[in-house]
Amino acid sequence: MNIHEYQAKEILSSYGIPVPRGRVALTSDQVERAAKEMGGRCVIKAQIYAGGRGKAGGVRLVHHPEQAQDYGKELFGKRLVTPQTGPEGLKVRRILVEEAVEIAREFYLSITLDRSTSRYCLIASAEGGVDIEEVAQKSPEKIHVLTIDPFTGLRPYQARKIALALGLSGTLCEDCVELMLNLYRVLLEKDCSLVEINPLVVTRAGWLMAMDAKINFDDNAIFRHREYPDMMDYSQLDTLEINAGKYDLSYIKLSGNIGCMVNGAGLAMATLDVLKECGGEPANFLDVGGGATREKVAEAFKIILEDSDVKGVFVNIFGGIMRCDVIAQGIIEAASEVHCTLPIVVRMDGSKVEEGKHLLLESGLNVQTADSLGEGAERIVKMLG
Amino acid sequence: MSILINKNSKIVVQGITGRSGLFHTQQCRDYGSKIVAGVTPGKGGIHIEGIPVFNTVDEAVRYTGANVSMIFVPPPAAADAILEAVDAGLELAVCITEGIPVRDMVPVKRVIQGSKTRLVGPNCPGVITPGECKVGIMPGYIHKQGKIGVVSRSGTLTYEAVKQITEAGLGQSTCVGIGGDPIIGMQFIDVLKLFNDDKDTEAVFMIGEIGGGAEEEAAYWIKENMKKPVASFIAGVTAPPGKRMGHAGAIITGGKGKAEDKIRTLSECGVVVSTSPTKMGAAMLEALGKK
Repeated sequence: MNIHEYQAKEILSSYGIPVPRGRVALTSDQVERAAKEMGGRCVIKAQIYAGGRGKAGGVRLVHHPEQAQDYGKELFGKRLVTPQTGPEGLKVRRILVEEAVEIAREFYLSITLDRSTSRYCLIASAEGGVDIEEVAQKSPEKIHVLTIDPFTGLRPYQARKIALALGLSGTLCEDCVELMLNLYRVLLEKDCSLVEINPLVVTRAGWLMAMDAKINFDDNAIFRHREYPDMMDYSQLDTLEINAGKYDLSYIKLSGNIGCMVNGAGLAMATLDVLKECGGEPANFLDVGGGATREKVAEAFKIILEDSDVKGVFVNIFGGIMRCDVIAQGIIEAASEVHCTLPIVVRMDGSKVEEGKHLLLESGLNVQTADSLGEGAERIVKMLG
Repeated sequence: MSILINKNSKIVVQGITGRSGLFHTQQCRDYGSKIVAGVTPGKGGIHIEGIPVFNTVDEAVRYTGANVSMIFVPPPAAADAILEAVDAGLELAVCITEGIPVRDMVPVKRVIQGSKTRLVGPNCPGVITPGECKVGIMPGYIHKQGKIGVVSRSGTLTYEAVKQITEAGLGQSTCVGIGGDPIIGMQFIDVLKLFNDDKDTEAVFMIGEIGGGAEEEAAYWIKENMKKPVASFIAGVTAPPGKRMGHAGAIITGGKGKAEDKIRTLSECGVVVSTSPTKMGAAMLEALGKK
């Protein structure tokens, strides 16, 4: 789960990590007022669920409150397109107005899971404020990685080595050690999959400060943090993705015209692969979960049909233990309820396949069945011709 | 022979009184698995479907001699359940539970690394030795006794692969779903090693997905060590970058974990990679030199 930069900074600040003074604005008038508070000269930062905002025009230094207001007007409602948003971009609904800080040096600092060791690792670099993955590719020696043993946690001496490697010394080095330890506490206590400060700066005045921050929460740990759902900005998500989330379905919008309902992520990806191989273009990725139930199948079907790009539906359910006649009933129920006339191809496997097929063919829907993955994919592509 | 489980495995089910725990316990028993005990804290002393329920895994082991655990405990308590299985000295713990927080799994993995217990999963379909023993949620009927070892990060895609392998006239020695979570117990290589040493396994089919680097690591290991033919399929060739496809594992970021890279590495290491998810059975035959 994503949160905005200003929310991440609030969390860091509550753990004693210094961040610039700032205010969130929802209107351009609020932007102006906040700019006045900061003394006129300030930084305007669009809050969207994606990085790369700077180059897309989402971050700007302004010198007067009026200028801040004008820029606010320009940004609100605009769709920012960055390398991380996809071509449709993300709409700006919130703006962070921050004091302008004079920067002496910039660093990169983050903690995340290293899947190869199954442990958290701290990543730091003296090359801050830029695309860290590019640094990692071009000059890996400039990246310092520390694997954290969960039994001891991050130790001060380990953090000190990193701080020294970044070129910090004296009290600044010790401040950085404390900051890293606090960042590790944030990661653990807030169940984050990523905490990232980029850049972490030394100001002209000689302080450490988190100029930009990104926090992702572990979706699986939301049950421990009742406040997280309220922190979510639903305007940043596709409405169908939100609906799918309510029923615990995994839905991703794609650019084609074939709606796909599959159980299990791996099989869903394989289904997209087969459709493309047959010359079809999937309109979405919809995973109803390994143990597809009748209710989930029905909800999933309705979500697919709400997408006006969908001209046909391909259902691929390897039910296994789930009975196919029950799944077929779910499909029939949902399709009849929304008066679906689109062509549907259903490939099911599991117990009671024949009963399931029979129900579908008797239902009066525009439906065909298939016995294998390849046959089903070919059929739906042909029906959409 | 087979790997991990066989007809002599004695299974304890952690979370046996839950809805899916009980349902799959019955399914496994119908398949022929020896379910000797269940564990649900606070319900020790009762019998469910004729199976004695204990408060702790330790008790279950002492009274029944269980050596394998199948875990259906819900996410908030699942990490604790795995640690309990390790503490009781079980040989194998198969964790089906989906949705365990990463923070809980990091220390679990640390404990597993120094223990004699093997962990399969979490968030996996489980392990099956066809005709002998099923510890998991996969449909038994698609499997057939035979000599192909199957190892997979996926759930239902494994069923698809197994079905194709069976339809190609081949059976399976053991099928292991290692799970798609960021932190899992046994990795591809751990399972490949066992298949390599199992005299009843003639060849291996490996199912991977986009994201991470586990398939590449496995490819290099195969090139150096594997004495048996290996065929493979990687799902997600057409997945758009940066999108999270359901599994935590199925995400491509910053050019790492792409399907093309995995396929190239596997091919270079001598693995027959199926170009299409409809040709997995055919790829297995090709690797065996039967096509």
